[in-house]
Amino acid sequence: MASLNGTSHNPIDDELDFSDIEAKYRVDFDDGFDSVIVVDGVPIIDKSKLDKLLAKISKEFSRRGAVIKPDDIFVPWDDNAGKTKGFIFVDLGNPDAAAFAASAMNGHPFDTKHTFRINRFTDIERYASIDETYVEPTVEEYRPKEHLRAWLADSQGRDQYVTYRGDDVEIHWHGKPSQCEVAYAKKNWTELYASWSPLGTYFATLFRQGVRLWGGPSWEPQHRFAHPLVKLIDFSPCENYLVTWSHDPISVPSNLPQGPEFFSPEDEGNNIAVWDIKSGQLLRTFPTTTYENEDPAMKKQMQWPALKWSSDDKFVARVTPGQHISVYELPTMGLHDKKSLKIEGVVDFEWCPHGEKDKEDAEKAAKADKTEKGAKKRENMLAYWTPEVANQPARVTLISFPSRTVLRQKNLFNVTECKLHWQNQGDFLCVKVDRHTKTKKSIFCNLEIFRVREKDYPVEVVELKDTVTDFSWEPKGERFAIVSSNDPNLGNPGPGITIKTDIGFYQLDRAKNDFKLLRTLTSRTSNTIRWSPRGRHVVLATVGSSTKSELEFWDLDFSTEERREGQNVKEEWGSGIQQLGSADHYGVTDVEWDPSGRYLATSASAWRHTLENGYAIWDFRGQELEKHILDRFKQFIWRPRPRSLLTKDHQRQIRKNLREYSRAFDEEDAAEESNVSAELIAHRKRLLDEWNAWRARCKRDIVEEKRSRGQKLNGEHHEEEKEEIEEWIDEVIEQIEEEVVE
Amino acid sequence: MRPILLQGHERSLTQIKFNSEGDLLFSCSKDHIINVWFSHNGERLGTYEGHNGTVWTIDVDSQSRFLVSGSADNELRLWNVSDGKCLYVWEFPTAVKRVAFSDDDERVVCITEQRMGHQCVIRVFKLNRDGDGTAQSLEPEHMFSPIGSKATVCAFTYTPNLIITGHESGKIALFDVVTGTEVLNNERAHMDVVTDLQLSTDRSYFVTSSKDKTARIHDTKTLRVLKTFTTETPLNSAALAPNKPYVLVGGGQEAMQVTTTSLRQGKFETRFWHKVFEEEVGRVKGHFGPINTIAVHPAGTSYASGGEDGFVRVHHFEESYFRAKPYGDLQLED
Repeated sequence: MASLNGTSHNPIDDELDFSDIEAKYRVDFDDGFDSVIVVDGVPIIDKSKLDKLLAKISKEFSRRGAVIKPDDIFVPWDDNAGKTKGFIFVDLGNPDAAAFAASAMNGHPFDTKHTFRINRFTDIERYASIDETYVEPTVEEYRPKEHLRAWLADSQGRDQYVTYRGDDVEIHWHGKPSQCEVAYAKKNWTELYASWSPLGTYFATLFRQGVRLWGGPSWEPQHRFAHPLVKLIDFSPCENYLVTWSHDPISVPSNLPQGPEFFSPEDEGNNIAVWDIKSGQLLRTFPTTTYENEDPAMKKQMQWPALKWSSDDKFVARVTPGQHISVYELPTMGLHDKKSLKIEGVVDFEWCPHGEKDKEDAEKAAKADKTEKGAKKRENMLAYWTPEVANQPARVTLISFPSRTVLRQKNLFNVTECKLHWQNQGDFLCVKVDRHTKTKKSIFCNLEIFRVREKDYPVEVVELKDTVTDFSWEPKGERFAIVSSNDPNLGNPGPGITIKTDIGFYQLDRAKNDFKLLRTLTSRTSNTIRWSPRGRHVVLATVGSSTKSELEFWDLDFSTEERREGQNVKEEWGSGIQQLGSADHYGVTDVEWDPSGRYLATSASAWRHTLENGYAIWDFRGQELEKHILDRFKQFIWRPRPRSLLTKDHQRQIRKNLREYSRAFDEEDAAEESNVSAELIAHRKRLLDEWNAWRARCKRDIVEEKRSRGQKLNGEHHEEEKEEIEEWIDEVIEQIEEEVVE
Repeated sequence: MRPILLQGHERSLTQIKFNSEGDLLFSCSKDHIINVWFSHNGERLGTYEGHNGTVWTIDVDSQSRFLVSGSADNELRLWNVSDGKCLYVWEFPTAVKRVAFSDDDERVVCITEQRMGHQCVIRVFKLNRDGDGTAQSLEPEHMFSPIGSKATVCAFTYTPNLIITGHESGKIALFDVVTGTEVLNNERAHMDVVTDLQLSTDRSYFVTSSKDKTARIHDTKTLRVLKTFTTETPLNSAALAPNKPYVLVGGGQEAMQVTTTSLRQGKFETRFWHKVFEEEVGRVKGHFGPINTIAVHPAGTSYASGGEDGFVRVHHFEESYFRAKPYGDLQLED
C-alpha cells in the first residue's frame, strides 16, 4: 500500500508565500500629489519678471514634450525679500505625465547659471519623513538546510519519478514491487509542467509568477526566480545556472522591488533570462533571436534551448542565425573576448559534451598543482555548420574554445539540412546531412562521422539511400541506430497514416576503423530510438500514431553474456543482436529509461490526446511491471542521478564480486515475497470478514423488518424443485423378419 | 459454450431483463419493440408491439404474468406476458425512463422525464391483479417530484413504500412514496449520471453504474458506499452475479464518439469484478459498440448483455466458471 512520508495535501496557498510577489505587483493608490513635481534651480527673480519667467519655463517644458501652461505653475514667495524662493511646483495633471516630465527635465540647463533639478512632490514628502533612528537588523537564526541529494542515500537504492496528473503532482519511489510508494504528493504544485534539474538535485515547477525550485527529503522550497508568465526553462549541465523564457517580453512596473533577484528597467522587452541558481540572482537577459530577412509566414519555431551550455558550465553560447555565435563567460555573463564569433550564414551549433574521462582528468588537474593546470585538460569544442551560399559549399566546422582555433572543416554539397549529433562522451560527432538530388525532388541522407579523439579528426561517410528521420548514439558506446524511411507518405502526415520505417544499427569496426552496418530491421513502424543510459539495450517505439503503438526491446550484446573476459572469441559481425521482447502500450507518447537502465517508462499524455492516458513501467526485457491508466495524466519523468562517486577500480571490484552481493539481495527478495503475499492474504481476510459480518447484520434486519410487519417469512429460499425430464426416443431403423428354416 | 447472438432488434438495446425463473429474457430497444426469448437457446418466443417510440425500460413481475414497459411515446403499458396482449395504457406528458415492480408485485414505480416545462415525476401505481388485468386505475396511488437533480433510475427496497433512486447529479436517495419526502440521501455517491441500479436478491444492497467510470455497491439501509469498482470508461450498466461474488459492469465510449474510435479503444467489454476485494477477475469481449445493459440469470448460470450495436449476447457460463476459485476457498456470504 502506498503511504505518505509524513506529508499532507495542504492547499497550495498555505505552503507558498507569495506575499512579496503580491507586494511587487500591488497597485499604489493615487494620493493626490502624484501629478505634482518640484523644480529646483529656478532663477530667483522679483515680481516684474514673473510672467516672463513662467512663460519661458512652460515653453522649455513643452519643447521637451511635457506640455504645461503658466497657470499650472505655483511659485512660492519669500515675502520679506519680495523675491521668489528659487523653486516652483508644477502640476502636470496626472502621475504619468509627472513621471515623464521629471525624467525629461531633470538636469535640464535653463540657462548658463541655472540647471533644473526635479523631484516628485511625493518623494520629497517621503524622504522628509524617514525615521532617523538606527535600528539594528535582526540576525536571522541559522537553519541547517536539508541535504539536496538525500534521495541517493535511500537504503533500498530506489529511484524516484514524478507524475503529473490533473492538478496532482506526485513523487514516487520506484524499486521492487513492494518498495514502490508515494514519496510526496501535492495539489497544484505546478501550473504548467514539472521538471528535474539535469543531475536530479532540484525539482522545478512553473507558476504564473515564475519558477520555483524544490529539494531535499521534505521538498522544501529552495529558490525562486521571478520571471512572470515563464513558459520554458533550461538548466545548465552542472546545475549552476537556469535559463527561463517567456513569450511575453519582460516589463518592469514602477513598483517592482529592486535588487539582484529582480528585473531592472534595462531588461525590459527581453524574453530570455539567465539566473544563478545558488544565489538566486539574475545574471543577464536576452531578447529572443529573430531570423533576419525571414518571411514571417515561414517563421520557424523558436529553438529551445536558446542558449547552449558547454558541459563544464564555463561558457554559454547563442547563435544569431546567419551572422554570429556569441559566447558568454560565466559567471560574469560577459561576452567572451568582447566579440562574437562572426560566421557568415551560420545556422546551428553544438558544444562537445565532456566524457567521463574528461571529467576525471579535469578533476585530477584541479586537484594537482594549479600551475600545470590545463596541461592535460581538454579544451571545449564546438561544431557548427553553414549552408550553401552562392558559390560556397556548405561547411561543417569544428573549433576549439576559448582558443578559437579551427580544428577541422569539411565541405558538403547539395545540402538542404544538417543536424549535429555528439556522442555523449564526446568521442564522435555525427553530422546527419540531408542532401537533395540535382533535381531537388528527392532527399537522401549522408552521415559524416568525425572521430574526435583521433589525430587530425578523421571523417568518414556513411551513405544511405533513404531519408533518416531519427539518429541516436549509444551512450558511452561505439554504436548508433538510425530510423530511415522511403515511405511516400513521409513528410505529409495525415490521420491514420503510419509511416513504414527501417531501423539500422551501426558499429565502429575496430580493425578497419570505420562504421559498418550491424543489422537492418526492415518494414517496421518504429519512429523513436531510446538507448538505455548504460548502452547495450535499446528500445524501438512507435510513438504518436493512432493505430500502432509497438515497443521492441533489443539487446546488442546478447551472445557476449557467456563469453568470459579475456577469452576473445572472434564472433560473427552483428550476431550479438537479439530481440528480448515486444510489447504494446496503446497511444504511447513518451518513452523514457530510468537512470540505471533497468526500467523503461512509457506514458500516454493528455497533452497529446485523451485516449487511455496513463503510464506503464517495463523492465529491460519488455515485461510489464506496472500499468496505470489515469484520466488527465500529463507527465512522467524519472529523477536523473548524478555521476557515480565510485572510482573505476571500485566499480570493477563490485562487478567482480557481483555474485556475492546478489546472494544477499536474493535472500532479501525471497523474504519480502513471502511477506507480501502474507500481507495480501491478511488484507483479503479482513475484507471478507467485514463483508460477512455486514451480511449477517443485513439478514437479521430483514427478518426483523418482515416480522414487525407481520409478514410470514417465506422460509429460507424454498429450494427450487428441479424437474428432470428424461425423454426416451425410440427410433426404428430397420425391421428384418427372418424365417428360420429348419 | 459459444455465446448466443440475439438478432431481433434493429436499433440499440435499452434494457434487458430475466424473469424470476430465468427461462425468459425480455429485451427492449430504440426500435419500439419488446422481444421475449428463451434464454437457454436464444429462440424468440414473441414480441410485444404497440409502443410508438423508443422503449426505454421494462420490468416483469415475479410470477411472469405481467410485464410493464415505459417508452418515449409518453406511455406506460401493462402487458400480458403469455399472449403479448396490451392490457392497459397510461399516458403522461413526457417520456417514461424507468419502471420497476415492488417485491410483492403489487406496485409499479415509474419515472417520467423532465422536459418541455414538465418536472421529473415519480409515480407509484397499485396494480389490480384480479381478473384479466385490464381493469386498472388511471390515477397513480402516489406521485411526487424529487427536488433538485432529476431521477434516472429507481427500484423498490424490501421495506414497503420506500424506493431508491439514482439521479443525474450522481446522487442516490431513499424516498418515502407516501409522503414524497426524501428520507435519506448520499449526494456524493457518484460524480456523474447514475446509469443503472440493480438490487441483490434480498434487496439489502444494490449496485449502481455511472458515467463517472465507476460502479459501486451501496447498503440499502444507510446508502453507504460499500465497494467501488473503478474502470477507465463511462459505465452504462452493472449487475450482481448470484451465487458468485462477482459484479458485472459494461459500458464504453459515448455512442456519439464510437465512429471515431477503434474497437480497442472503445472498451466494449463486459468486465467481471470481485465484489468484496474490488479486483478485476475477467473480461468478455464481443460487442462492437458500447454495452447499454447487462442482466444475470437469477440462478447465476448465464448472463446477457445488450449493446448499442443492436445485439443481445447470451453467455452460458462454462463448467470452469463454477469450478474456478481465483482466491481460494472463501466462506463468503451472498
